[in-house]
Amino acid sequence: MSFLLKRFAFYLVTAWAAVTINFLVPRLIPGDPVQALITKQRGQMTTEAVRSLYVLFGLDKNESLAEQYVHYLGQLLRGDLGLSFTFFPSPVADVIGTGLPWTVGLVGITTVIGFAIGTAAGTVAGWRRGSWADALIPITTFLSSIPYFWLGLVAIALLTGPASFFPAGGAYETGLVPGWDWEFVGSVLRHSLLPAVTILISSVSGWILSMRNMMVTVSSEDYVTVAHAKGLSERRVMVAYAARNALLPNVSGFALALGFIVGGTLLVEIVFSYPGLGLQLFQAVGAKDYPLMQGIFLIITLSVLLANLLADVAYLALDPRTRREG
Amino acid sequence: MRSNPKALTGLLLLGVFVVLAVAGPWLAPFDPSQRSSDLLLPPSSAHWFGTTHLGQDIFSQVLVGTRSVVFVGAVAGVVATVLSVLVGVTSGYLSGSAGEGLSALSNVFLVIPALPLIIIITSSLPQTSNLTIALTIGLTSWAWNARVLRAQTLSLRRRDYVEAARATGESTWRIIVFEILPNLTAVIASGFVGTVLFAVVSEITLAFIGVSDAGGWNWGTVLYWAQSQQALAQGAWWWFVPAGLAIAVLGTALSLVNFGIDEYVNPRLRGRTSARGVRMRVGFTPVLSEEAS
Repeated sequence: MSFLLKRFAFYLVTAWAAVTINFLVPRLIPGDPVQALITKQRGQMTTEAVRSLYVLFGLDKNESLAEQYVHYLGQLLRGDLGLSFTFFPSPVADVIGTGLPWTVGLVGITTVIGFAIGTAAGTVAGWRRGSWADALIPITTFLSSIPYFWLGLVAIALLTGPASFFPAGGAYETGLVPGWDWEFVGSVLRHSLLPAVTILISSVSGWILSMRNMMVTVSSEDYVTVAHAKGLSERRVMVAYAARNALLPNVSGFALALGFIVGGTLLVEIVFSYPGLGLQLFQAVGAKDYPLMQGIFLIITLSVLLANLLADVAYLALDPRTRREG
Repeated sequence: MRSNPKALTGLLLLGVFVVLAVAGPWLAPFDPSQRSSDLLLPPSSAHWFGTTHLGQDIFSQVLVGTRSVVFVGAVAGVVATVLSVLVGVTSGYLSGSAGEGLSALSNVFLVIPALPLIIIITSSLPQTSNLTIALTIGLTSWAWNARVLRAQTLSLRRRDYVEAARATGESTWRIIVFEILPNLTAVIASGFVGTVLFAVVSEITLAFIGVSDAGGWNWGTVLYWAQSQQALAQGAWWWFVPAGLAIAVLGTALSLVNFGIDEYVNPRLRGRTSARGVRMRVGFTPVLSEEAS
């Protein structure tokens, strides 16, 4: 149990670090972004919104940095991330609330599937080293070097069109009312297919490579030789002896790769106009909507931390050594 | 290294990109921003990669853009590598709370998603240039290498030759610089190559969403214009294919160099060179005469 507690403490520290970065970044930048934004909104802002902005950006000159920090944390704890400019006058929290489910669904499902496929392929590629399976390596290298969003652009150019099965953008047919009926769910699946496949193709190669390298390392261990000598079937040795142990670094690598995958996914969303956090971030950058940008950064970081915690629980279940007391 | 075809191919390709980065602006047949009346033309002998909606020559844009890509990759790679060596080796060599603290710091940076962090920092800067983008990427992407270096240093620290150096009274910094660092060279090199790849993709991604050097060109800017002018809807495939392929080829070159380094360090990963004609039964080490490889 102490393993999980330690990890949990670490994630708390990381979350605090992310919040503090968010707090410090706008304060280290010269100039008065708020004033520029207020002029841009041509006085459509309430005084309350303006004050909340000044707290967010730390331009309240009457306060010391420490007081600002306390104020800022207080706002965050109440779930107040400020007001968005692009979607004025919606609060950032509401805007993110509409985008988050799409992103979590897309990233969550593709990451789990990608991990499963990649690990399985890597197992075989590592086990059959020196055979045709090695041809997988240069192909996956090339695929993993392509930025996610560019693959998406190519997919759109090749596969979508007026008569195509694949829609070029959006998350569901315009005109449909979101709900749990077949028409809507089908439409959502059809719209998410291309983005999901794009992310899968780009992310799967990383898992293949790391799993292959671990398999190669593990398969010369003594216990694999013993398993062979006992006369166990090739398949059993591969899966239950070699892959079982080669899997561990891949699971702990999962946590580290996630941040990278999330970054790529945000771009895929932009390309496919998929209404998740990525598209919102894109709009926020274009409109210099700082509160929305910062809110999205915080939410993404917190989600990644949560996913990491889940990966730790999986690791705990897989590796008995972490369960040993002391 | 010399007999490693993967690394050699990678280095050759990298060399081509570096040459283009230096000579690109002179080689480019047109000024990349110059407009003309040849609007949205497919590739031809005058415009090898076609033209944009303003009649700009895409071949020139890609050529001129190479410099910014190579510059950002190199600067960010150097900054991140220096930081990772400082943090990683120090935290691996020092025992106690200082080492643990530095290790925790790199873990924090490792878990925070890098791309959104880079986006909020660069888009908050009053002006963005290639240098500020490179520095931001470098300052935020050292953590992975620091972690690898720390693990490696921890295992080197207790080796006999280091103990011997300590027993003969060598100073701490001398042990680190002359005993430990030389044994980390391959790890540092592979970390550098990996960071350059990450930096290049990040810079292009940033440019693609609209954060880039004002007035300058890079492959991401080309893609940004292609996306914002609906190149896809107009069937202008030539607008985004060359820049994307350039990224993929540069990325493959860097990965190949990294594989070369990996195989140099870990002979087990070397492919078929030692197993020619033998279907290796994994688990038993076949005894083969060592070929001059």
